Amino acid sequence: MAEPARAKPKPTPETQHFWDGTKAGELRLQRCDACANIYFPPRPFCPSCASRKVSVFKASGKGKLYSYVINHRPAAPGFTPPYAIAVVELDEGPRMMSNIIDCPQTPEALELDMPLEVAFEALDDKITLPLFRPAKG
Amino acid sequence: MRRNQVAVVGAAETTELGVIPNMSQIQLHADAALNAIADAGLKLSDIDGFATAVETPQQMAHYLGITPTWVDGTSVGGCSFMLHVRHAAAAIEAGLCKTVLITHAESGKSMIGKQPRFTAPDSLNGQFEAPFGVYGPPSMFPIPVLRYMKTHGITHEQLAMVAVVQREWAAKNPRATMKDPITVADVLNSRMIAYPFRLLQCCLVTDGGGALILTSADRAKDFPRKPVYILGTGESVETPMVSQMKTFDSSRAFKVAGPLAFKEAGITHKDVDHLMIYDAFAHLPLYGLGDLGFMPHEETGKFIADGNTRPGGKLPLNTNGGGLSYMHSGMYGMYALQESVRQMRGIAPAQVPNAKISVCHGVGGMFAASGTIIFTNER
Ligand SMILES: [Zn+2]
Repeated sequence: MAEPARAKPKPTPETQHFWDGTKAGELRLQRCDACANIYFPPRPFCPSCASRKVSVFKASGKGKLYSYVINHRPAAPGFTPPYAIAVVELDEGPRMMSNIIDCPQTPEALELDMPLEVAFEALDDKITLPLFRPAKG
Repeated sequence: MRRNQVAVVGAAETTELGVIPNMSQIQLHADAALNAIADAGLKLSDIDGFATAVETPQQMAHYLGITPTWVDGTSVGGCSFMLHVRHAAAAIEAGLCKTVLITHAESGKSMIGKQPRFTAPDSLNGQFEAPFGVYGPPSMFPIPVLRYMKTHGITHEQLAMVAVVQREWAAKNPRATMKDPITVADVLNSRMIAYPFRLLQCCLVTDGGGALILTSADRAKDFPRKPVYILGTGESVETPMVSQMKTFDSSRAFKVAGPLAFKEAGITHKDVDHLMIYDAFAHLPLYGLGDLGFMPHEETGKFIADGNTRPGGKLPLNTNGGGLSYMHSGMYGMYALQESVRQMRGIAPAQVPNAKISVCHGVGGMFAASGTIIFTNER
């Protein structure tokens, strides 16, 4: 445990449901009850219409590779270069930053728009990160 | 804002640029400020408006020994100084102050008296970007570029040409950090930083600073230098999280700020003689050309690769060598403004003959913010 670890998120009251979700093996998004807008990152109101009536729901966990870099240097603590930093476009619409696992970290293997599915990686007993892997089938 | 009511009457960079191990960050601010004061033929006691970024206005006002009646501490990254110019012009027009000093400096290379940047783990960036290995601008700023390339049909060679052309401009500039000619092959064989970008497509890391002095156009004619008038301005912000940009094939902040400035200036793209687009990384001039409306994004890569922005080309772009070859202390916007002012004064090392209108477009953060200033030397 002496090795430098990757940056660990610290939930806030507005984001706690998201991190509770990843710990439970669910990718949770929010939908506006008034205008049906689905958005990310979490907040207790709709950034499209300002309604405070919003609901948390379990997303499909499916998406596609929107864009990425393969970082060589400098590497973040806890990462061994080269590693891809990806932005995933979820089937529900929002995009989120993540990493692509079970896949070579090369331009040849990482094809834009390739289908992805969420995979959960526990950092400790409180925080589980949503990562993505190439979708099966 | 009304056109040509406010002018730049003082402009200067730090005495040295590059590696300045004998000055702290606040002293670099002061060095630039004193040079700009001398350039304008003023005393520090003439300054009644003050703006700066990263360092606070109170820090720098105290260090310089000035007592402003108007301050602006807008700090939205490298284009903060474009926003300062816009806000200062409005403040001068509104009568809140008469003579504004804007300073930038950064000990970007030597890191003397510079506070380290820190991403709090409970911020949105700390929760939703930092855990995935972003680590400084090279790992973040290029994240949209593969999508941009795919959507608009831009090639790696075209993105390499951005660096090649800017080095051609830098070769004409004695103060440029990097002056030796480079080829597309040199760029594509340089060390990989964050695919698809290699070393020569990433900005320099240097020490330096710059300062501007603005006053009303009516007073400007009494100053020693040729006045450079503020013809149009625009600004906007989008998001501090690059992953949350509305789209990667365009920058919303660019698309708001740029056209706002053109509309205010009452000019068309054909009227532009000289253009600066903040180039922290090689894709930014392409985003700028497209989002400011010079051409569709699909044509931006070819436009640069065909030589239209090089010395002698029809749209001289980043004529100081840019952040890729001139200097980049971390917040490059001030140096783009300095080059626009030099071009409008007619004293740039790579002067564009008879240039009358200069567009200066800046970015802050990773497409997080944007500011556009349009200058002219004719009232
Ligand atoms: Zn809504």
